[in-house]
Amino acid sequence: MRRTALILAPWLLLILLWYAVAYSGLVNPSLMPTPHQVALRMHELLGGRLPRDIWMSTQRVFLGVALGILLAVPVGFLLGWYREVRRFVDPLINFFRALPPIALIPLVVIYFGIGEPAKVIILFYAAFFAGVIVMYEGIAQISPIFVRVARTLGATDMEIFRKVIVPLTVPHILTALRVALGVAWATLVASELIAAQQGLGALIQNAGSFFQLDIIYVGIICIGFIALAMDLALRTASRRLVAWQDRIGA
Amino acid sequence: MSAAAPAPRIAFDRVSVRFATAHGPLQVVEDVSFTVADREFVSIIGPSGCGKTTMMNIVAGFVAPTAGSVTLDGKPVGGPGPERGVIFQEYGVFPWLTVEENIAFGLNLAANRMSAAEKREVVQRYMRLMGLADFARAYPKTLSGGMRQRLAIARAYAVRPQFLLMDEPFGALDAQTRSHMQDLLLEVLAAEGKTVMLITHSVEEAIYLSSKIIVVTARPSRIRSVIAVPFPYPRDESLHERPEFGELRSHIRDLVMKEYAAQQRQVSADPARRPG
Repeated sequence: MRRTALILAPWLLLILLWYAVAYSGLVNPSLMPTPHQVALRMHELLGGRLPRDIWMSTQRVFLGVALGILLAVPVGFLLGWYREVRRFVDPLINFFRALPPIALIPLVVIYFGIGEPAKVIILFYAAFFAGVIVMYEGIAQISPIFVRVARTLGATDMEIFRKVIVPLTVPHILTALRVALGVAWATLVASELIAAQQGLGALIQNAGSFFQLDIIYVGIICIGFIALAMDLALRTASRRLVAWQDRIGA
Repeated sequence: MSAAAPAPRIAFDRVSVRFATAHGPLQVVEDVSFTVADREFVSIIGPSGCGKTTMMNIVAGFVAPTAGSVTLDGKPVGGPGPERGVIFQEYGVFPWLTVEENIAFGLNLAANRMSAAEKREVVQRYMRLMGLADFARAYPKTLSGGMRQRLAIARAYAVRPQFLLMDEPFGALDAQTRSHMQDLLLEVLAAEGKTVMLITHSVEEAIYLSSKIIVVTARPSRIRSVIAVPFPYPRDESLHERPEFGELRSHIRDLVMKEYAAQQRQVSADPARRPG
């Protein structure tokens, strides 16, 4: 009961603040829809295009993150494990990571057109570079002591990989996933700049061109909540999968 | 320990180790020869960073000597192997495994495979022996330093090594835990004799546990003196009160302090070289 209240309190506060600003007269009422106006609009859109928008965006984020992490895990692992490789590849990774995905949109459109692949590629790009850094920094910090101990107990290379390296890698994969998901949701609107008809980013952009502020707020709130829900789900999964870790669950 | 000269289990023969560093070659061990007999307990004591750990790493199979040879039962040391149990300074208990899974780790490897019943028996035995039975399903993050240490020992023991190589195993423990762990080690060794090499800083610990003490010099490690510890096993805490214990302690402490002073001079003369 107390817990629920504590969790809800900041949200209620936020809504109150919103009302306060909306009714204070400081902002032109046509520029600041009230929370209940936005809620009503959301309710209306839920019977219309919103479910489809949510589905399309979630699907793109999922695909982008899945592909990004699929590549980030082996690449991050190699970079983290082999110091010599890291020294040469690290500047390259940081070069590409620094590029904002939005700056790549014209190139992606030229090379991949304006269909679904173009949008997923932007998300893939963002997810991969966010994930690969988390992976390799995590792997590089794995203490060599565990490998040594396993060797003195008689482990073969294969056994060391399966029984020592894989379990030590799992927490970093989960963290990479979380970071990549966050970055992918943050990049979503940019990726849907590419001639998207459907999706939360498209919803926001269309609403923007028609000055429908309440719809913009609906889109923003949806993105925030879906990202939050995914992060919570991942965190719960982490707690189960890596209960042995100190920092998770703390 | 005995009058007869048995064949050595571990033999260092004119061993030298040099590491390549950014500041050029660094001589860590120089011309070291000694032997460890069956069931002998040999401690190596000397200033920190002098190359003691390197000597242990050679026996463990992680470092190859630059010159000379180290043999186990007459054969040169290859890589690491389960007949040599190693207790590392930083324990290295596997954080992702529970206490019983940690102990069973070695038993699940192809090198030491045994039946499930036998495995259960071994795990139970060492959990009891090390006072970990109540924590079978606990993860290491919930254990104290002393318990982690016992877990590392139990894990090494479970694969029945003939040799036990210990690098400052009790260095991080408080005085009470440390003394308890020393007694526990003596107890276990009395029950299942092993040939032991212990690296330590503590003169008292070396005397209390060993049958032979090797004092090494500041880097590069050379043998300063080899001292036979005259006290018979089993030993107990009362040994610390004996006057002979005190005399031996002052004698060894003198030797070690001289080397420590030499080490300090070395460090201040050449600050770029950190101890290896």
